[in-house]
Amino acid sequence: MGTLKKMKLVLAALTFYAVVQVLNLAGILNGYFMVIINRSLIAVIFAVSLNLINGITGQFSLGHMGFAAVGAYVSGTLTTLFFHLNLNHPFDNLGFLAAILLGGLMASLAGFLIGFPSLRLKGDYLAIVTLGFGEIIRTILNNISYVGGPRGLLGIPKFSNFTVIFLFALATIVLIRNLVQSSIGRSMLSIRENELASELVGVDTTRYKVLGFVVGAFFAGIGGGLLAHLLQIAHPTQYGFYASALILIMVYVGGIGSLTGSIIAAFSLTFLTEGLRVGIDWLRDTVGVPIGTEWTMVIYAVLLILIMLFKTEGLMGMREAKILIIKEKEG
Amino acid sequence: MKKTYLFTLGLAVGAILPFIGCNKNKDIVIGGVAPLTGEAATFGTSTKQGYDLAVAEWNAKGGVLGKQIKLAFADDKGDPAEGATVYTKLIEQDKAIAILGTVMSKVSLAGAPICQAAKIPMIATASTNPKVTDVGPFIFRACYIDPFQGTVGAKFAFDELKARKAACLFDVGNDYPKGLSEFFKAKFTALGGEVVGFEGHATGTSDFKAQLTKVLAAKPDLLYISDYYSDVAIMAKQARELGFKGPMLGGDGWDSPKLIEIAGSAVEGCFFTNHYAKEDKAPVVQEFVMKYTDKYKAAPDALAALAYDAANIMLDAITRAGATDGAAIQAALGKTDLRVVTGQVKFDEKRNPVKSAVIIEIKGGHEVYKTTIAP
Amino acid sequence: MGSIFSPQQIVNGLQLGAIYALIALGYTMVYGIVRLINFAHGDFFMVGAYAAFGSFFMFNFLLPPGNGLAFIVLILAMAAGAAIAVITDYFAYKPLRYKPKLSSLVTAIGVSMLLEYAFSAIPVIGPSPRGFPEVLPKQMFHFAQVDISNYVIVDLAVAGVLMIGLTFLIQRTALGRAMRAVSQDKDAAKLMGINVDRIISLTFLIGGAFAGAAGLLAGLTYPRIQPYMGILPGLKAFIAAVLGGIGSIPGAVLGAFIMGIAETCATAYNSLLGEGIAFVILIVVLLLRPSGIFGEKTADKI
Repeated sequence: MGTLKKMKLVLAALTFYAVVQVLNLAGILNGYFMVIINRSLIAVIFAVSLNLINGITGQFSLGHMGFAAVGAYVSGTLTTLFFHLNLNHPFDNLGFLAAILLGGLMASLAGFLIGFPSLRLKGDYLAIVTLGFGEIIRTILNNISYVGGPRGLLGIPKFSNFTVIFLFALATIVLIRNLVQSSIGRSMLSIRENELASELVGVDTTRYKVLGFVVGAFFAGIGGGLLAHLLQIAHPTQYGFYASALILIMVYVGGIGSLTGSIIAAFSLTFLTEGLRVGIDWLRDTVGVPIGTEWTMVIYAVLLILIMLFKTEGLMGMREAKILIIKEKEG
Repeated sequence: MKKTYLFTLGLAVGAILPFIGCNKNKDIVIGGVAPLTGEAATFGTSTKQGYDLAVAEWNAKGGVLGKQIKLAFADDKGDPAEGATVYTKLIEQDKAIAILGTVMSKVSLAGAPICQAAKIPMIATASTNPKVTDVGPFIFRACYIDPFQGTVGAKFAFDELKARKAACLFDVGNDYPKGLSEFFKAKFTALGGEVVGFEGHATGTSDFKAQLTKVLAAKPDLLYISDYYSDVAIMAKQARELGFKGPMLGGDGWDSPKLIEIAGSAVEGCFFTNHYAKEDKAPVVQEFVMKYTDKYKAAPDALAALAYDAANIMLDAITRAGATDGAAIQAALGKTDLRVVTGQVKFDEKRNPVKSAVIIEIKGGHEVYKTTIAP
Repeated sequence: MGSIFSPQQIVNGLQLGAIYALIALGYTMVYGIVRLINFAHGDFFMVGAYAAFGSFFMFNFLLPPGNGLAFIVLILAMAAGAAIAVITDYFAYKPLRYKPKLSSLVTAIGVSMLLEYAFSAIPVIGPSPRGFPEVLPKQMFHFAQVDISNYVIVDLAVAGVLMIGLTFLIQRTALGRAMRAVSQDKDAAKLMGINVDRIISLTFLIGGAFAGAAGLLAGLTYPRIQPYMGILPGLKAFIAAVLGGIGSIPGAVLGAFIMGIAETCATAYNSLLGEGIAFVILIVVLLLRPSGIFGEKTADKI
């Protein structure tokens, strides 16, 4: 049963991949669409990994993009400054993969460090500490001239493409899904529901809380590395509070604790941003309403507030799409 | 559960719809990029106004190549990821034949490879990082690069103002001020001066007293403030409060009517390097200042002038190319020799403009032309 | 080179601290009563600054810049800060009061983003910084190697008067007693006949008014206002409140002055350190003494 279900997810994902790829090659979907797809997939990586920390383990991170920064800078430094990897060299693609994974590992080290305060702090305090962590990372990056300081890390080779990003996004979903639906995941959930009680029944809360941060940060680092190799630049300001808040919006709109929700929200909000861009331009240029794309963020802020007020559990609540469930719940 | 799937499917179809089919435009489409959201929004606003003014003027004169020009504008939010998205959108979706923008170097650096790959000529307006035009032969810029202004400033400070001890203040989170201060320091030291203070500050702070108190303790003759006007204005006020009486000097980031509005008498007797002087008798300058002030009820700042120039340089090149394909425009751009607001522009082999700088003095609450320094 | 702890730097730090203190009081009061980090509090400060800016131009026709005008502007800035705080609480926080704490925190982030982006998107306000008028004519004093403007004195005086007023209110009046009761135990307070919702609204009102006052003072002292001006001071004031012991009024004030001076002195030592010192303080305090200087140790109720 399990294998079949697992296969179903992968099959569905591959179908998605094939459809997009064919439509793109046929010229029906243009490059703009592909950029949005790529950004959506990277957003999926960020949102699903943040959901592991905030939703599943019940911790609270406001500095998720800080982990992404670590991944982006570590992998970018390796490919660009250390080894001067070349796109046209097939062997260098392996080097790129290694750099991305190493970036993820370094990010998870940062997650390990930031996971420690979570042993003592709860909820809102932890939120502020993670926010501070993100800001510290940014300040440090701004002041290391080796990686460009405020100029950013430049000239990163463009190793990321739709295929690479798709595979990493799929791997992120599958691995986090498997983790969440294992006994480890159930322990994590128990911490969220009631930390004291789960400690009393013998769950090693310390271990699972830190593990949530480590794994979440690992994938955020991967996402950061992919983004840097897509944009060919990593810049300290990309990883500030507002970038983290945007991921947070995705997680909460989708449903805290629901991976399906995060995936849907990552896609729909990324597409909504572009839809709003096109829509607002149309309103301004054709209808003549004097508004600009700066209203997009106003709309998102309102959306977040409305979701919290009227559908606190998000679009999906705690539910998962069947395709993402390994075993049917018992009892 | 079914409902959710239907919802998702509907969303997916709805999302794809706008991207199918292509744009059939009778007009010539020029892409324009600037940040209108976020902390750089203030720079984006004047940049967009600069584009709009230039395009409106050309259209009033009959457009370019016998067609009207449509400016497809996109907000880059001051973020590289957004930048990559909108450059792609302008090229793929709006079918822009050339792109103007953008302000922040980090965003131009994300957009430039896209323009280069699509062979669409691009003129960055205010991106001073030398690496921007290194991306490829299709990337040009309208502004100076950091080394030039810093060097000019240092020469002026040493030779004209006879300053021997200078202190630099700059925003550490922004490449333009930091680069400018670094080049000023290098040149000033090379000339035999001494930089007695070199202090950064975080982006977004308003309290510079700690840095100022520290550098003023070393008794500098001159403060070199390489920030944008709004930081400069309050820094100048605080420097005066702390008893600094000497001159302050800066770069084109100072050029905004807001500088004197906010700083008042604090910047009296201060200087900055700029692209042009508003009292320059050249008709192109006078017309620009008049029309801009008329349309937007405020005097133009440096960013507006650079955006206006970028648009004019691009449209001039398209006219000379007589065609709308990227390679032809790119070739014509390379041969540019045009008097625009910010000077007589030619491009060097790295596609940076070769133009002189002027020094502006603030006297009696007005910006007054002081001298011109050739490149 | 000037010493890191030169008298001038201490004065700079005190001035910064006074503004942090007014913002920190709002954080600490709201946290003390509803256990919510009001993320939007820094933006109330921004709203206050814009209100002060607007009311200056409204009343400048009647009065010349001076004490009278400054007083009117102060009252209106406080009123605007209070209004936005009460409205925010009513629409965004109150409906979530009995839901998990983190939902309110996320909503607060939403409100914060809404205020910043809306202010910058609304054409009459716009994203560009504006120069803040000299509501009070500036005077400079120089003694014992220290340059002081009358603004330093005004900042400290306004902050001092408001803090003393607040302390009196909380310690000596029936309303203050009710506030303390609600902060200790909402249910018991309700049983004692206290209108808990009204007390919470009043807390937001006072906190917002203080933020509004801070907005005016910041406008005077650092004469530039813009929609994003509340982010950094808000964050630092919050850290000051944590340092002093969140929920504690004297703690917030002490924390704010320590923060102001620490930041100024750290910057004087090294600007990178100055940029990060706030967060370093935060992390150190939370790891070593999460309850802060004056905070009481409370077990998290489960």
